[in-house]
Amino acid sequence: MTTRREFLVLAAASLAAPTAAKAQLDPNLAAKRKAAYEEALGKVVGGARVRAGRVKLLLPPLIDNGNSVPLSVAVESPMTAADHVKAIHVLTQRNPLPDVVSVHLGPRAGRAGISTRVRLADTQTVVAIAELSDGTFWSDSAEVVVTLSACLEEGLI
Amino acid sequence: MARAVVTVPAQAKRGEIVEIKTLAAHAMETGFRRTQLGELVPRDIIRRFTCTYNGVEVYRVDLHPAVAANPLIAFTTTATETGTLSFQWVGDNGYSVTEIAAIRVE
Repeated sequence: MTTRREFLVLAAASLAAPTAAKAQLDPNLAAKRKAAYEEALGKVVGGARVRAGRVKLLLPPLIDNGNSVPLSVAVESPMTAADHVKAIHVLTQRNPLPDVVSVHLGPRAGRAGISTRVRLADTQTVVAIAELSDGTFWSDSAEVVVTLSACLEEGLI
Repeated sequence: MARAVVTVPAQAKRGEIVEIKTLAAHAMETGFRRTQLGELVPRDIIRRFTCTYNGVEVYRVDLHPAVAANPLIAFTTTATETGTLSFQWVGDNGYSVTEIAAIRVE
């Protein structure tokens, strides 16, 4: 036979369980994403100094739909064998994963750049980093406001 | 089945920088979305795009889930010699598409 005390414990547990399952958003999400971004940035630059300039990151400042955002990066470089852009990395600070695209190119690209379409989960800062053949890193960032986030269209499928 | 489209100028002058646009038909499922029952939809994306010019790699892109569905990649290359440009998309679940375009250089 169930005592009153056992019944209360069970009732409390059954009430607590769904709330725990519902709480999907981690309270430390912002800190975790910042850490993930720092880690991704560290992987790209490896402790080298990143200077602002030479890179132009183009993004619309206000985005209605984060599922498809036109993004283009252009890097000022003569693109010769002696002086060219080796790689371009695009990182975000508040997407579930910080990496967006990594471009590997060489002097045969003619101009250093890429145009593509990306997903953005939140209002945030997007960063483009270019790695030059002389080992220096240059970057540009763009702040965007996203009204409809990507990655959150639950129940649509 | 046309699963990818590429736009390359048919001819170019030697040394000219030509613009190339590529579009692959792919849902780019991020792996972060859930169904109505709360199950995660597994990730299914294109991982890598490579462009080779007469067998030499000239441009490569690593893609992540943050790239939108039907990824568009527009870039440039220098027209060096008459030949073929080969484009390859490789992704999860054995996805692999190759597209070839000819270019005449004068």
